[in-house]
Amino acid sequence: MSQAMPPKPRPEITEDSRPYWDGLRQHRLLLQCCTDCGRLRHYPRPLCDACHSFACDWVEACGAAHVHSWTVAHHAFHPAFRNELPTVLVTADLAEGVRLLAPLQTEAPVTLQLGQRLQVGYWDVDPSLTVPVLRLDENG
Amino acid sequence: MSISGRAAVTGIGDTDYTRDASGRSALMLQLEASLKAIADAGLRPHDIDGIVMPIPSGASVAEDFVTNLSIPDLRYSAATPLGGAGSVAALQCAAMAVASGICRHVLLPVGRTGRTQRIGARVQAMPQFRTVGEFEAPVGAVAPAQYYAPMARRHMELFGTTSRQLAEIAVTTRQHAILNGNARMTKPITIEDHQASRMIADPLRLLDCSLESDGGAAVIVSAAECARDAAKPRVLITGMGEGHPDSPSTITQRADITRLGIAKVAPRAFAMAGVAPGDIQVAEIYDCFTYIVLCQLEDLGFCPKGEGGRFVEGGALGLGGRLPVNTHGGLLSQAHMAGMNHVVELVRQLRGEAGQAQVPDARLGLVTGYGDLGDGTLAIMARE
Repeated sequence: MSQAMPPKPRPEITEDSRPYWDGLRQHRLLLQCCTDCGRLRHYPRPLCDACHSFACDWVEACGAAHVHSWTVAHHAFHPAFRNELPTVLVTADLAEGVRLLAPLQTEAPVTLQLGQRLQVGYWDVDPSLTVPVLRLDENG
Repeated sequence: MSISGRAAVTGIGDTDYTRDASGRSALMLQLEASLKAIADAGLRPHDIDGIVMPIPSGASVAEDFVTNLSIPDLRYSAATPLGGAGSVAALQCAAMAVASGICRHVLLPVGRTGRTQRIGARVQAMPQFRTVGEFEAPVGAVAPAQYYAPMARRHMELFGTTSRQLAEIAVTTRQHAILNGNARMTKPITIEDHQASRMIADPLRLLDCSLESDGGAAVIVSAAECARDAAKPRVLITGMGEGHPDSPSTITQRADITRLGIAKVAPRAFAMAGVAPGDIQVAEIYDCFTYIVLCQLEDLGFCPKGEGGRFVEGGALGLGGRLPVNTHGGLLSQAHMAGMNHVVELVRQLRGEAGQAQVPDARLGLVTGYGDLGDGTLAIMARE
């Protein structure tokens, strides 16, 4: 008899990051954009590192990305991911200039290379949590 | 006035390193190592007037040492929570305390029962991992091996670094552990053994990863003028510092993920000591993973960026090689004492007490720390 799978780690959402997680649930990848100087930043945080303004707008990323690096997880450091191994975790450069770490969803094993084109997608873990995923860009 | 040469490491101590300390607490292991270090310095427990805690070791705090060692007048306590960079960060913190005249003899204790809590759960409880805990753990990146592996992968893709080159580091480090006499791993390994070991977080295999272990290690940092009468040769800290990488809370957002925080401190610390990388006779380099050693060798200036793979080939890091590294067996093969065992070993080397792994007439060496998501620390030491 299989044991019940323990829950996956959940984000401890703060006031600084709530719009990001709310956006993911709507399948939108939102990034902070400084209202005063226009600098994009990620991960969510209170202050613009360019001009030290607190004012920010949330802008939607276009979804285009490319491979900066990756790892393939073979060992379950957390038991909740045991049944998903091996998992390719990609460090991706978003077209907007910041990065995303997300699992690669593919039909078959692939050989990655730096600069390979990707597309951002979404994975509804449960009704209250959606995480970003990456897929190979069909036009890549 | 420079801090260079104002502090000396006068005492070192370590416990037996085991896989399971069979019921001994982290505090007990810290106290055992501390008593050895105090005796090694020719001091008595009541001479200690400062404590720097390099890592959160279990739940122990400076007050536990006041109570157990009966320290009558503790004048300074601090913590340096930089993960694996904490032990060498504590050296700088202690050196500042003695150079300023606040303390005479500062105790730096580390004790771990590494197997009592899994690494994934341990780091998620650390505030330094809060950012990756929120944004990266939910997608499956929960352990240091997974956070660090993309740095190694990009290095391989950009510079042609190979897994066999990482294996050279594991093999040489194991050879040193076998000579040590207090190391957990004592069976020789080959590059082929490394290549056959199971993949953990590609490109990092099992034999690229450090051990989980139980034990304790401690050192005493004394004001240089208080160390003149010590029984052992005086080992001065001549260069030191911390280096924090860009985007210190997440590797993912770092502009150059092949560069660690130690790249920032290396030029400062070498200048402080008035020496160059080529002068170093022995190096104890924080080795939570083989790749982290390779990257630090580049960032320290032993070779240009991208050439670390070729630098470590052919046993170059072995005794008699171009730069003997981790002569005690490191975290990979001796024990994981958050790098305090590296500090202990450097002092042994510079005193001429390193036994079968002694680098002949070692007078100048360095020890590094690497912690959390890329923090770097460096101490350069010289025997008078």
